[in-house]
Formats: sequence, C-alpha cells, structure tokens
Amino acid sequence: MLIGSSKKFRRADFASVVISEIMTVHSSARTDIAVPYDDSAGDTLIALNDIDLVYDLDGPQPFPALEAIDLNLNQGDFICAIGPSGCGKTSLLRVLAGYERPTHGVVSVDGRPHTKPDSEVGVVFQQPNLFPWLTIEKNVNFGPRMKGIDAHERRQRVSYFLEMVSLIDAAKKLPHQLSGGMKQRAAIARALAADPKVILMDEPFGALDAFTRESMQMSLHEIWTKTGKTIFFITHDVEEALLLSNRIILMYPNPGRIVEDIANPFSAMLSDTAPSDLRVSRDFIEMREYLVRRIKESGEY
Amino acid sequence: MPVQIDPIETDRISVQRAKKSASRPKKSLGVSPRVLSFTAIAAAIVLWFVVTTLGWVDPQFFPSPQSVWSAFINILQNGYKGQSLIAHIGSSMRRLLLAFVMSFSLAVPLGLASGYFKPVQAVLDPFIEFYRPLPPLAYYTLIVIWLGIDDESKVALLFLAGFAPLYIAMVAGVRRVPRDRINAALSLGSSQWQVFTQVVFPSCLPELFTGLRTALGFMYTTLVAAEMVAARSGIGWMVLDASKFLRSDIIFVGILIMGVIAIAIDLGLRWLQNYYLPWVGRE
Repeated sequence: MLIGSSKKFRRADFASVVISEIMTVHSSARTDIAVPYDDSAGDTLIALNDIDLVYDLDGPQPFPALEAIDLNLNQGDFICAIGPSGCGKTSLLRVLAGYERPTHGVVSVDGRPHTKPDSEVGVVFQQPNLFPWLTIEKNVNFGPRMKGIDAHERRQRVSYFLEMVSLIDAAKKLPHQLSGGMKQRAAIARALAADPKVILMDEPFGALDAFTRESMQMSLHEIWTKTGKTIFFITHDVEEALLLSNRIILMYPNPGRIVEDIANPFSAMLSDTAPSDLRVSRDFIEMREYLVRRIKESGEY
Repeated sequence: MPVQIDPIETDRISVQRAKKSASRPKKSLGVSPRVLSFTAIAAAIVLWFVVTTLGWVDPQFFPSPQSVWSAFINILQNGYKGQSLIAHIGSSMRRLLLAFVMSFSLAVPLGLASGYFKPVQAVLDPFIEFYRPLPPLAYYTLIVIWLGIDDESKVALLFLAGFAPLYIAMVAGVRRVPRDRINAALSLGSSQWQVFTQVVFPSCLPELFTGLRTALGFMYTTLVAAEMVAARSGIGWMVLDASKFLRSDIIFVGILIMGVIAIAIDLGLRWLQNYYLPWVGRE
C-alpha cells in the first residue's frame, strides 16, 4: 500500500513491486513483527508534503533522489531511516535540513515552511565537523552565541550540555586533541546547545569502532529520554535503528522512496532491559531478520 | 642446541623489512637531520677557510672568512657610506614593513571577498592575473616615473610584489572551506555575515599564513632589486654599491645578513602559525 503512493513507477520495477506487495501482505498478517507506525497519535512537528528531489534536473541524466515523500514527524519521536546505499536517506536529511531545495513539495517545521538551514533544525554529521580553531566549550557555545543569548545563560547552557555528554574535563581542549567518539559527543552537545526543534543525524557513529559506537548509542538514548528532543537518525545498521528509535522508516532506491514505516517497541524496553539482553531476545532477532530481509529485497544490498 | 634458521622464514622477514623501509618516506642514518644540517654548514665553512688560505681562489673575487668577518666588524663600528649598518637594515625593513602592511590590509579582505562572492572575483581577476606574472622590474620604471625615486616607489613596488600571492592564497583558502562546515554554522543559527566572519575567515587562516610566507619571499627578492635603482640606503643598496668598488668582502657581508634576516622572518612566521594555529593539518 505504501508502494502505491509512488506516482510513476516503471515497468522494470513491476516484479519487485509485486514481491514487496506480497511481503507487505505477509507481514501485515504477522502483526507481531512489523506494526505500522500511526503518526496521528502525536503532535506533528515536521511535515513533508509530496517531496520530489531530482539531481541534475536539466542535465542529460536527471537523477530522481526522492520521489513522492509524504511524511509527518511527531514531536519527541526518535525516527530512524534505514535502507541500502543510494536509497535517498541522506538526500531526505539534506532536504529536512534545508541544504537541498526539493524539486517539488514543501517541508514545514512547526507549521511554517522551512526552506533554508537555520537553528530550528540542528544537524550532526557523519564526521564531527567541529570548528577546529575553537575549544570544545567554544564549539558548544557557538549556537547560543550566534543567537545573541547573554553570556551568563550561555555559560550555564554550555556546562549543562558538556556535562550531559561527559566532556567537562575536555572543555578547554581543541578538537584535534580528542578521540573520534569524544568529538562526536561534542558535536551532539553543540547541536543540543543551539536548542533546535529537531536534530538530524547522518550516521553519526558510522566512523567509530564497535565499542565506542555501543557506548555512544547508550548515551544518545539517555540524552533522548532526558531531553525529549525529536531526532531523525540515519543509519545502515539495523541493530542500531532497533535500539535507538521508536519509529523506523525503510527506504528503497531508484527512485528514493519510503516502503515501510513501522513502530519500534524495543528502545522503550531499554529502561529495564540491558541492550545485550535485548539483542538476543527472540522478538528483537525476528524484527532484525525481517528488516535485513526487506533491505536485501531492494536488490541493492 | 643450535638454533635452526629456516631460510624461507628469514627470506620472508627480509622481504617484510624491505617493504617496511620502502614504505617509509625517508631513510634515517641514525643521525638527527638537525645535526646533519649543522655538520654540512660547518663543513662548508671549513672548505671556505681551506680554499681561501691555500690561495686557490683570487681573494679579490672570493674573500676569506677572516676578511668578511673584519669587514662586518668594520661596518658595524663605522657604518657604510655615512650610515650605520643598523640604519641600512632599518631602512630596508621599514620599506618591507610598510609594503607588507599595505598588501596585507588590501589583499586579505579582497581575497576573502573574491573567494566568497563570484562577481568580485570576476572583476578583480583579469587585472591580477595580468600583472602577476610580470617581472617587477618591468613596471618599476613606470612606478619611478609616477612616484619619484624616493621610498614611495620602492614601497609601491614591494606592495605589488606581495599583493598577488597573498590575494591568491586567500581566494584558494575560501574555496577550500568544507561545504558542511558552512552548513553546520548555518544550522547553528549563523547569518551569512556571521558565516563569513566566524567560519570562513578562521578556516582560511592556514592559507593566510602560507600566503604571508610566499608574499614575504617575493617582497624580499624585489626589495634588493628595488634598492638597486636610485637608492642611498638599504642593505640591497649596500651590496650594489660595494660591487662598484669590487669590495667582495662587503658584498658577502650584505648577502649573509640578507639571508639571516630572511630565515629569521620565516622562522618567526612559522612560530606564530604553530602558536596560534596548532590545529592545522590535524583536523
């Protein structure tokens, strides 16, 4: 049914569409695995209406990065976008951030159209992307300073968020003196300190080693439960998506589109279950296998 | 029991060693490069002593270290042609500094503007690209006609020599600012002007320092040329004037002083860069 929203699919896609349709029917029969997410339950923070994004529109080979994206992101949700490479997840993030202007359709944040990057939508990149000439605390201070917040409140905010990401001891250091994980924590603190309505994260832990990644996931989960920020998080790691989000959207490429939009119950269980136990629980494994299979079915994995 | 050495095993190790040393950029002789440099300098001086004391060269053209030293002491005590050595160095440095301040305060903002706003570059580039490859002495005559034979024309010439490399370095610096760094600043609420002053400018500082060093190099070369035309003071003039009287000892003194000053300026700039921009190359 989600496939049906794609306006112009080509004949070549037909076979995979049929298979997906069967899969969707199959999965809806087993509602215990993938429950569709019901976005009418919360307050809409971000609305994407019929978004198309075509790269090189006037060139010899226009590339449809996104097609007919309709998506409402609710206040306080942690949304993970997963999918094979080239499925348009990063394009979607760039449209949300205002870095790319959609070829068609409107993005609105809190009811107002969002066309340019601004402090309402914060971004954490795959690379920490800190300002290398500023100390960690001055990096975190950057957003509040741009907004013209008075010095006293700025100091409080900076130490509050440095505390939250446990970087108080590194406050006076320059980014190059920190490890990759610490830099990424600083980038998260910097995004939080600017007080955006939503934070977009583009595979922020992709470049980290497995141990650091795991501890970063847990601290991000803590930060999310503590601040209640709306987070849109891109990953290619299904397990990461299952641990962190309460909603998962799966995208397929050619053209980039949303094929699954499901509620994820597992992050809520982290309050009384250790992640290591959660990972080996039967439901978790079934859900993981299901999503991995769905990604493979895109034919691009 | 004697240790058996497996020939294949040792072969493998030596291949690994060979690979390892090949992958290293430079071979080390177990002596620090600094020690090697000083040894080379000392060897050159010793060679100079030997060649001149054995009379292999005509002292008229190639003075001995002793005579260069005594010429240096003499100039230091009595000055050269009515002015002390410090005054000669001072007037050269004053020209250099004036021109440096001028080209810095013009090339840096213009270079930043050109890198950031395409139209500015479209207007400025044709002129800069035209005069940049010209030999400074070619238009020096014109500048002397316009500005006279005093310091103004010299400073103007040095300014032009320093302007182009600094301007080009700044344009390149702006171009090299990562797009996502600017995006990050915009998403933190920066205005376009704040992006320019708070992100683009600091991002260009490494290129600024490289540009400063290149510009000073060009200016320094031009300085001597400038003082060789219509001057009565300056370290470059001293060398040229001494050549008229075949005082090769004084020429040597002048050249050595110029070299030492150039090295000192460059070291100073590098020290400033390491002190103020410790993050360069470690992003």
